[in-house]
Amino acid sequence: MSKLTFARAINAGLRKSLENDPKVVLMGEDIGALGGVFRVTDGLQKDFGKHRVVDTPLAESAIIGTAVGLAYRGYRPVCEIQFDGFIYPAFDQIVSQVAKMHYRTQGRVNMPITIRVPFGGGIGSPEHHSESPEAYFTHTSGLRVISVSNPQDAYTMIQQAIASDDPVLYFEPKRRYHDKGEVDEAADLSTALSMEKARVVAAGSDVTLVTYGPLVKTASDAAMAAADEGVSVEVIDLRSLAPIDFPVVEASVRKTGRLVITHEAGQSGGLGAEIAASVTERCFNYLESAPVRITGFDIPYPYSKLEMHHLPDLDRILDGVDRALGRANSLSGLEG
Amino acid sequence: MLTDEPGQDAYKASNPGISAASPRRTGGDLVQLISPEGERISHPEFDLWVSDVTDEQLCSLYEDMLVIRRIDAEATALQRQGELALWPPLLGQEASQIGAGRALRDDDFVFPSYRDNGVAYCRGVEPTDLVRAWRGNALSGWDPYRYNIATQQIIIGSQSLHATGYAMGIQNDGADSVAVALFGDGATSEGDVSEAMVFAASFQVPVVFICQNNHWAISEPVRIQSHIQIADRASGFGIPAIRVDGNDVLAVLAVTRIALDRARKGGGPTFIEAVTYRMGPHTTADDPTRYRDANELEDWAAKDPIARLKALLLTKGLLTEEVEAQAQAKADEVARKLRAGVINMPDPAPLDLFKHVYSTPNSWIERQRDHYSRYLESFNGSTQEGAL
Repeated sequence: MSKLTFARAINAGLRKSLENDPKVVLMGEDIGALGGVFRVTDGLQKDFGKHRVVDTPLAESAIIGTAVGLAYRGYRPVCEIQFDGFIYPAFDQIVSQVAKMHYRTQGRVNMPITIRVPFGGGIGSPEHHSESPEAYFTHTSGLRVISVSNPQDAYTMIQQAIASDDPVLYFEPKRRYHDKGEVDEAADLSTALSMEKARVVAAGSDVTLVTYGPLVKTASDAAMAAADEGVSVEVIDLRSLAPIDFPVVEASVRKTGRLVITHEAGQSGGLGAEIAASVTERCFNYLESAPVRITGFDIPYPYSKLEMHHLPDLDRILDGVDRALGRANSLSGLEG
Repeated sequence: MLTDEPGQDAYKASNPGISAASPRRTGGDLVQLISPEGERISHPEFDLWVSDVTDEQLCSLYEDMLVIRRIDAEATALQRQGELALWPPLLGQEASQIGAGRALRDDDFVFPSYRDNGVAYCRGVEPTDLVRAWRGNALSGWDPYRYNIATQQIIIGSQSLHATGYAMGIQNDGADSVAVALFGDGATSEGDVSEAMVFAASFQVPVVFICQNNHWAISEPVRIQSHIQIADRASGFGIPAIRVDGNDVLAVLAVTRIALDRARKGGGPTFIEAVTYRMGPHTTADDPTRYRDANELEDWAAKDPIARLKALLLTKGLLTEEVEAQAQAKADEVARKLRAGVINMPDPAPLDLFKHVYSTPNSWIERQRDHYSRYLESFNGSTQEGAL
């Protein structure tokens, strides 16, 4: 075991994949000598060469489009999209090509492409650097979408994503890059928890709190705060956003009867809506109250001086928990 | 303006030194080895690239063009008869596609658009598989790895990036095969084609961009896409370009060989503009009489790629009755097979909907398939019991 930052953990996972499979190729802007704007690929080009860690021209559609061609040739490209808000020029290649190629070719052509996306806010950035575009991709059939919340998962799941024969969008919570955690670099990938499985990160009996990525830490902190008030919150880190591991969520809701979902992305048409609808369909008779969503607002990502009002924080999440419990002190309870 | 050669005069005035004599220079004059009247035009450089073409092979190119024109006509007829939902004719582009297709080596890899059925034919794709997607029985018709040609691309220009990425892979592998991107004049306006040229030039990968300038992108004439000759765009990316008469099968064969040879030897990408003409509609759903002057079509009919080679073969005394009959018989046979293949194509099963979305099981898809399967089964029961 070693103590690594989130960014170093991804770096170690990428290194391991590069070592284990000569077909793994990293592509992106500034990922070579600079090591990426967040240094996630630090030192990899030096050790693996310019043909395996490729500094590309500044063209996101081409980063993904050439990855499609490399995958056709039998490679496993790992593309870095520098910031969440820069992924849109590549949207067509991701949605029309990467996602559909396997279906289009009746399973003859695999697209084992991993697309790394630093996402989410909270770092005081200018526009286009703090977005949460995951729902565009979870709504796109043919893609697998995962989001990691801690260094160990970051290390393991990047390798699982690269090893997957399906395309994977790997959402990295950029505001957690410097968080440290224990990482077992010797862990056996074959026995690691599948990247499609959700994980209960804190057991509880009163309310189920579902989240992923950057808010797993916030939600866990909220659960501890709730415990001080005698409320037992079960926190679920989804890890996989498409498909969602509903059996784990359902089992929890059947136990607690109450569901709160939190994410940074805007509310309408977001993942919270999908989770609330699916859980309601499947667990209607177990629900004691309506599912609650604590999310970013339906606004463009705001200027950084106000971002802390936009991002769900510990108190807003607790307010949602209160609403699920039907407590009168819940402000959000006034909405519905 | 009968033929759209955007800004040609202005272009020539400002670039007096540019000619097609060397493919290292940009666009310039059209490379032509057979005149529209069927005369063989000799050229000191390009002749070298087709000097090995025997009389027999010349006849074979004629047969190829005849066959794909026949496939095209048969597919159009099948659409009119309701057997295909849609068909994008290549009528008029036979020389561009056969010239390019026959220049390729087996281990080269082609990324075609939906109209490049002639190239797919050259790669060995079965005629029935060319129309599978157009009948609505699948989204694509063939195994790309069996023929080394990707399935047809519908998103305009997208495949130029795929070819470039494939070429990056070839380069990494140290192989001497070549990736080929096929697209039309309309595609050159897409950002993906520009981005592909940026990547191809930066990494000097073995890719050949073949643009069949057929003068029309559905209803939009090429002058809307480009204010200069399309081939001249390549020089801005640092990619050598060559402009060839796309209705001259020998010239297309020669320039494609030049480009492939350069790529194999590590010389990087080449851009070919094959100047041709879409004599048919964009697809069978299109009506070119709404936007195209009949005189223009007539002018291009006079440059017909098949008539041109036929005239040459007749002049050379190569097109005997026997050769002509043999080519026609081949075309008849292919058309017969195509028709039979279409009529007898089994319908897909409803639950095929859910196949191959992912390469490994996916819980969302499995759940929906199971539900829909049970839903369908519920009708089986009621049929047996008889509906009230």
